[in-house]
Amino acid sequence: MLDSLLGALELGLLYSLMALGVYITYRILDFPDLTVDGSFTTGGGIAAVMITHGYNPWLASLAAFGGGLLAGICTGLLHTKGKINALLSGIIMMIALYSINMRIMGKPNTSLLGESTVFSSVNAFITMPIAVILILLLLNLFLRTDLGLALRATGDNARMIRSFGANTDTTTVLGVSLANGLVALSGALVAQQSGFADISMGIGMIVIGLASVIIGEAIFGATNVIHTTISVVLGAIVYRIVVALALRVEWLDTSDLKLITAIIVIIALVLPTARRALRQKQLAKRRTEELSSQLGSRTSRTVGGDF
Amino acid sequence: MLELSRVSKLFNPGTPDEKIALHDISLKLNPGDFVTVIGSNGAGKSTLMNIISGVMKPDAGEVRIEGAVISQLPEFRRSRWIGRVFQDPMAGTAPHMTIEENLAMAYTRGKQRGLGLSIKSGRRAMFKEELSKLGIGLEGRLRAKVGLLSGGERQALSLLMATFTKPQILLLDEHTAALDPARAELITRLTDRIVRELNLTTLMVTHNMEQAIRLGNRLIMMDKGRIILDINEQRKKTLTVEELLAEFEQISGHKLSDDRVVLG
Repeated sequence: MLDSLLGALELGLLYSLMALGVYITYRILDFPDLTVDGSFTTGGGIAAVMITHGYNPWLASLAAFGGGLLAGICTGLLHTKGKINALLSGIIMMIALYSINMRIMGKPNTSLLGESTVFSSVNAFITMPIAVILILLLLNLFLRTDLGLALRATGDNARMIRSFGANTDTTTVLGVSLANGLVALSGALVAQQSGFADISMGIGMIVIGLASVIIGEAIFGATNVIHTTISVVLGAIVYRIVVALALRVEWLDTSDLKLITAIIVIIALVLPTARRALRQKQLAKRRTEELSSQLGSRTSRTVGGDF
Repeated sequence: MLELSRVSKLFNPGTPDEKIALHDISLKLNPGDFVTVIGSNGAGKSTLMNIISGVMKPDAGEVRIEGAVISQLPEFRRSRWIGRVFQDPMAGTAPHMTIEENLAMAYTRGKQRGLGLSIKSGRRAMFKEELSKLGIGLEGRLRAKVGLLSGGERQALSLLMATFTKPQILLLDEHTAALDPARAELITRLTDRIVRELNLTTLMVTHNMEQAIRLGNRLIMMDKGRIILDINEQRKKTLTVEELLAEFEQISGHKLSDDRVVLG
């Protein structure tokens, strides 16, 4: 039990970088980016191929990050310059990346057994927390710079930030690129930890990323950017714990995981909306009754008034 | 300062909905001019604003600011000269970001945005001082999310954000129309004060006839994509709403029809 919990913690940290990428596109840019399924594999593939060719695993991870940046730039350009719908841009890139990933790896599966990885010399339980905290710090610092504010405003009110002179095409491309860089880095680390890169390792990644973001925000809150990014990392860990627990249920198969993930995301998406609608309805009903009883006793009344 | 020469704009060209939005408009604003714009629905007032700010590009004619032709520049490149307040209080601010973050974005209007920290102590003190000038207590809520403010507060903040960096041109597009009368009056007073203090060259579209006469030093009236009347400071001082409406009817041949017109 403890073993599987520790395993979940480790996996959660590895996948949290991918979740942070999904957070940047889905929450900050309001751009549902499906490139993730492809760029995760791109990251894993680049790292695996470079490591098997004898390159330093850190350099290989950095190159994987770069590969993700490039994939993101392509998606961003398709959307902003090609005027293609955001979802469709992501799907197009996801499909294109399948072929590209195959070209990178040359075969559907590249083994890293016996190769030296970033986790060979130092245990993942030491490397990953440091890496995740460092990336959290850098990301939060970036999101508080002038450029970072423009990026956030692009998703919050694009018309407003354009009127203050930001090129929202550029900020969108930048954001999608950065997000996919993190996703690819996550793929590179997952490949090194699991000992192989596989052409299908990215399938369903976007939904897992969404699940982590939504679970994290629901359990740990999301008052501001720092708070939310930490919540997202914790959400990725909780997701892995839920998966580990689900796998202990006897009649569930490993292949049921994607269905479980989909159901978690559906519940997490539907529940808050339904709850909010119900609350709004109750509030409207109560206020209507209050106001009509007040209006019944007096003929006129100023509502609001003060600035 | 701002000069439009023979600007035309066609909507939906080549379709059954084809419409001349602006027809051969020429307009020159001198430094410090505060021009109010009135006109009926579809007169082209908003199109005029959009052509100047770069949301739309003219099909013919030129727009100049300080002599430089800007008609083909994209919207984001024109922001270094232009400050804008929209009709919708939600449009001018980013709701999920804090008041100080919104001000920081306004502060870097038209400049290259780099990797410097957006909120530094110097900037924060300046934001606080600017907010306190509004006199509605926002200076104590620097870290509140803008989405929590009322429509009036958001519009006051939008006005501050558009003006405190002293743009060459200030465009106000019916910026009090979506507010209740008390708040609209407060924003009107703030606008008048800020424009005077900073001596901003301003173009203000309004539905409020009384406001159009009371504010500014010049009034132009639009109808069917043309400027049909240009009233100078001297005449404006003695002008009444009735005279203005009568003049409109006489020139255009129809009544000023607008479901939102406020007479004063």
